[in-house]
Amino acid sequence: MMAPAQERKQIAPPTDDKRWKIVQATMRRHGHAPNSLIETLHTVQETFGFLEKRSLEYVSLALRVPLSRVYGVATFYHFFTLKPPGEHVCVICMGTACYIRGAQSVLQDIEQTAGTRAGETSPNGRVSLLTARCLGSCGLAPNAVFDGEVVGKLTPAEAHKRVEGWMKK
Amino acid sequence: MNGEDLARITDEEHRIKKSQPHQVHVCVAAACLSAHSEGLKEAFVKEIKRKGMEHECKVKGVGCLGLCAHAPLVSVESEGVLYRNVTAQDVPRIVEGLGKEPAKDLQEPLNAPFFSRQYKVVLDNCGRVDPERIEDYVSLGGYSALLKALNEMRPTEVIEQVTRSGLRGRGGAGYPTGLKWSTVSKALGARKFVVCNADEGDPGAFMDRTILASDPHKVLEGMTIAAYAVGASEGYIYVRAEYPLAVKRLKTAIHQAERLGILGKNILGTEFNFSIEIRLGAGAFVCGEETALLASIEGRRGTPRPRPPYPAESGLWNMPTLINNVETYAHVPRIIKEGGDWYAKLGTEKSKGTKMFALAGRVTNTGLIEVPMGMTLREIIFDIGGIPEGHQFKAVQTGGPSGGCVPEQHLDTPVDYESLAKLGSIMGSGGMIVMDETSCMVDVAKYFMDFCKSESCGKCIPCRVGTAHMHDILTKITNGDATMNDLSTLEELCDVVRNTSLCGLGQTAPNSILSTLRYFRDEYLAHIQHRRCPAGVCKMQEESA
Repeated sequence: MMAPAQERKQIAPPTDDKRWKIVQATMRRHGHAPNSLIETLHTVQETFGFLEKRSLEYVSLALRVPLSRVYGVATFYHFFTLKPPGEHVCVICMGTACYIRGAQSVLQDIEQTAGTRAGETSPNGRVSLLTARCLGSCGLAPNAVFDGEVVGKLTPAEAHKRVEGWMKK
Repeated sequence: MNGEDLARITDEEHRIKKSQPHQVHVCVAAACLSAHSEGLKEAFVKEIKRKGMEHECKVKGVGCLGLCAHAPLVSVESEGVLYRNVTAQDVPRIVEGLGKEPAKDLQEPLNAPFFSRQYKVVLDNCGRVDPERIEDYVSLGGYSALLKALNEMRPTEVIEQVTRSGLRGRGGAGYPTGLKWSTVSKALGARKFVVCNADEGDPGAFMDRTILASDPHKVLEGMTIAAYAVGASEGYIYVRAEYPLAVKRLKTAIHQAERLGILGKNILGTEFNFSIEIRLGAGAFVCGEETALLASIEGRRGTPRPRPPYPAESGLWNMPTLINNVETYAHVPRIIKEGGDWYAKLGTEKSKGTKMFALAGRVTNTGLIEVPMGMTLREIIFDIGGIPEGHQFKAVQTGGPSGGCVPEQHLDTPVDYESLAKLGSIMGSGGMIVMDETSCMVDVAKYFMDFCKSESCGKCIPCRVGTAHMHDILTKITNGDATMNDLSTLEELCDVVRNTSLCGLGQTAPNSILSTLRYFRDEYLAHIQHRRCPAGVCKMQEESA
């Protein structure tokens, strides 16, 4: 919003993927201001699923923010991920209410079922297992998100069934 | 858009409402949505269409009805009935009973303490207003406070009312809101900003997200009144990206308000201009700290800086900036409408008004409540919440990672900022987690220290290194490998981290240890001296020491 409307060389996106237009639209809406870095990274991640190196380089050039700062911001915030997600994503809420109501045992079960640890993707690339600080559905603890669907009052058995199904397919 | 237009919208909405005697409200806030209330709403619409009752029946998605434990909830406003755990199979029965006999077995008694002990100021529209329609908000008296402020009050008079109300910051620290507003209004700057802190990072807290998803216009109205009072023309709402529903409804609300001329240029036909932009947080707890939040809005890493200068004098882009929490802004419209003196009658001597709490953990009635300040913890937990049969209350954790645990013997303490601080906890933003005999207090302390350790931004050493070291010692204790020397090191570390950290995160991080040591020292000793976890949570390794 505070960027000077000065002339600048058009920076081309790293590939001719159409989806870059969405990212460009976000940057344009904020006048390519350096302070729109986080907003832009949100758009990149929403569009491509994660932040690859070339995306960071492109955003750095387009917003004229040093690459070191772009990398710094991308790694500072938990919401951003630099690794591609698996086919399915399971987010276990580890908020206090969920923790008190047994989220830890749900997590351990899923770690075994998917053969991976929290924050990583299963070796076959099928399931990414993430933890959340709090989903804010504490009234229905423990909670988890299976591919965008929030499930409350979760039992280890229910979680096991869902993840096992993903692993087989 | 001016006052007459607002009145016209209200009349029109009332006329439509009158023509439809049956008002079915389906809760579409987060917890009920995860219990598939969206599909339930569709089922109601279909059933009503099937019976040809469209003209007398209105199905409306509304914000939080409060009792999340029994999601999904449906209220028939016209008859004062609340149904709980409603499934699609129940829909025909409920529709059949409209205006006749309500389905008794599904009914939640509204005279239960959970409802009767509450007093709603912020949540007064929740469960009544459609969060996605500005007209509905207007018809319930929305934006009339803004109209009153702009047309009948000078900015100083607005601040005067807020000061008289005794409202204090609901984000946790409890700074007097009127004083903050007055500082920003007196500060000099080419531009001024109003920022809404909606980075509700405390695990176990869902007040702010619920307000934003249930009644977003109330927050916009509060912010706009604040902007008028302090002389700002630009505003930001910093909201967690993890709350997509709140973000979506907030965006809709801003668009609608802009369309009606309630945000933007010449608001409600006056000279006053104010615009609001949303900034998405990206999952950093420290961004709830005001200077870190400002850094994040400016597109940088969210690390705090020393204060002074306070944001009120030098905030966003070094301009005077007013930062308040969601709940604080949501109190403002009622204060302006009914006057500061009215508000000051609620609550206690030093803590006025009402406070929202997110009640969760080992209680029967988990959900969102709003009670007058000064109610005792016992009333909140035992009367409103209720302990499940066969379980023994052990402690209540307030204030999230910055707060502490309060045991049974102090439950008769009235809830206000000072009393909770005296107990070694804090009011915080309002998360309240109830624990019973199945929780190990050392393990709980470890859980919070793990949180603080990974959320420490790393800028100052006491917090970055101290939290990691404290977590190590707690791990040792829960593994049964610790000695009494470790315990004294832990206590020393608490002292150092508390007194030397740069921001609130580090300064309050030891609270979880300090409060559990204060009230549950015997549990620590059992782990260390007898290698035994009284709650049976910690697994001691066989003779590893």
